[in-house]
Amino acid sequence: MAQRAPDITIPETVTPNELVRARSSRELFWAMFVRDRAAVGGMVFIIVLVNLAIFAPLIARIVGHSPNQLFGSMLTPLGLPKGPNAHFWFGADQAGRDVFVRTLYGARTSLAVSVVGTGAATVLGTITGSVAGYYGGWVDTAISRFIDIILSLPLLLFAIGLSSVCSVSTRGCLGGVLKPGLSLVMAIIAVFTWPYMARIVRGQVIALKQRDFAEAARALGASDRRIMFIELLPNLVAPIVVYATLTLPTNILFEASLSYLGVGVPQSTPSWGRMLSDATSGSLFTYAWWMMLYPGLFLLLATLAFNLVGDGLRDALLPESR
Amino acid sequence: MAYYIARRLIWLIVVLLVITAITYAIFFLTSPVNPAILFAGKLPTAATINEVKQEFGLNRHVVVQYLLFVKRVFFGDQYGWPGLGFSFVTRTAVRSELGPRLVITTTLVIGSAIVWLALGLPIGVISAVKQRSLLDRLTMGLAIFFVSAPVFWVGLMFLWLFWFKLGVAGGTGYYPATQYGFFTWLNHMIMPWVVLALQEAAWYARMTRGNLIETMKEDYIRTARAKGLREIRVIVRHGVRASLTPVVTMFGMDLGLLFGGTIITETVFNLQGIGQWAVESVFSGDLPVILAVTLIVSFAITLANVIVDVAYFYLDPRVRVTG
Repeated sequence: MAQRAPDITIPETVTPNELVRARSSRELFWAMFVRDRAAVGGMVFIIVLVNLAIFAPLIARIVGHSPNQLFGSMLTPLGLPKGPNAHFWFGADQAGRDVFVRTLYGARTSLAVSVVGTGAATVLGTITGSVAGYYGGWVDTAISRFIDIILSLPLLLFAIGLSSVCSVSTRGCLGGVLKPGLSLVMAIIAVFTWPYMARIVRGQVIALKQRDFAEAARALGASDRRIMFIELLPNLVAPIVVYATLTLPTNILFEASLSYLGVGVPQSTPSWGRMLSDATSGSLFTYAWWMMLYPGLFLLLATLAFNLVGDGLRDALLPESR
Repeated sequence: MAYYIARRLIWLIVVLLVITAITYAIFFLTSPVNPAILFAGKLPTAATINEVKQEFGLNRHVVVQYLLFVKRVFFGDQYGWPGLGFSFVTRTAVRSELGPRLVITTTLVIGSAIVWLALGLPIGVISAVKQRSLLDRLTMGLAIFFVSAPVFWVGLMFLWLFWFKLGVAGGTGYYPATQYGFFTWLNHMIMPWVVLALQEAAWYARMTRGNLIETMKEDYIRTARAKGLREIRVIVRHGVRASLTPVVTMFGMDLGLLFGGTIITETVFNLQGIGQWAVESVFSGDLPVILAVTLIVSFAITLANVIVDVAYFYLDPRVRVTG
């Protein structure tokens, strides 16, 4: 905590702890953030969700049901799933599996895919955006045009296409670089979302590279790489963090949409999108409402929580953008 | 201006060439199986695979196939112009099936664009003007809810509630007005329109609100007020107009993302549009249909962006100087 000596004459009557103390930017940020009750609520939900995801196997062991275990007792003689009861809190699905345990495992899938995918897109976007903005000229033109092309692609269609051609055999595609499974969905998310981050970083770098401190570093003989990543990058942390937090929920929805359409994570991996797709087959949800309600609710609350936190971070970190 | 439009249209063609080349690359080079094997029946012999390759022209080098595809698009094929080829699955011309499907998707997109702008913009403006009021808090709460809610889940919930439980709206499927009458058609389109529009409307309400709040802090707003203009005129003529330009840009960009939404909406509501067709074709490996849909959708996205850039000239006086 930076404590600055106040440049005033201290009256005799004032004791030192009554002095106005300068607050560090971290304190100011935190004070702003906790004032936003919705963002704090979102943060609490995210912490709970992350813990549920991490301890899902432990909870499954306590409950005594594993995510792919079939319970014949949870199906009616006609083969329809039974609803929630004391042992199956969220009821059972069409195969007699525990919806509660599968929902918790779904959180693992959803968080792993969206966090890794968004992280990779953020790194890729930051590097390309910095290079385009810093060097300008033909480098910038080439990168910007490339970004334009990616943004004109029908994104979901390409994602469906890529993930279906790469899932035909276990060898994957592109000579085995992309293998079916979680990593494929992560890669697809990274490939299609980095351009948005690159655009934002590029704009910021163009504005920053003219500033005196960048000029000073150049005059001192700093290399381009040093100016880009040591001098300029720390100034970009706030917009990058805010934008990444706001991209995360869209990527959670992206994974869920892919799984809903049947091309996301593999069949055996529990995923909220796939659970919802199970609920729709044969309009099962009109009877077995629990198959749609619980995974849908977790999906909704997860995206909502990240959006609320993202909004709170933006208001606290980038007050000028309010 | 004419020079600018011409340059943008040439760029559009370049984009389409690159996009179709990427499509070819994804579906030919990355796929571990040759599409011909999918159509040679069960337990294909080398001879039948070769026959299929011959029939579909898959025996040629992939670059030659791509160049032939480009040539047919520009100069037409035996089915007319633009030449979009022949579906591997239905064994008919892609063009013949395209028409009715395009009608359904266009109906869906236009209807939902109207709903989303009609909801999003006024809510955004009112929220910005009555900042921190109860109405603002309520609508912005709803907005962040619908930004977060997955389109397919909202669609299913709507179906369950309004069709299955309350029975006030039509269920799934497309009912052409010419065949079933206007009201049956409308009754079955209302839910898809609203479901597809809600998420977008929520984004637009948030964005319009943010932009307008920013704009209202500008000096020229103070000038307008100082001139003694009525507040409503200050807001509409000076505030909203200026804050709308980024919204117009977003509208152009979002038409592309909207296509992803139509894929989901068409799947949930079982509308036989081009989104659903594209998904089916990806699963069945029907490359000509995938190419045709990609081409049409990318064309629509890039064209929308050109139109937006041109509209900018008329909306924002600041762009005219530099453009």
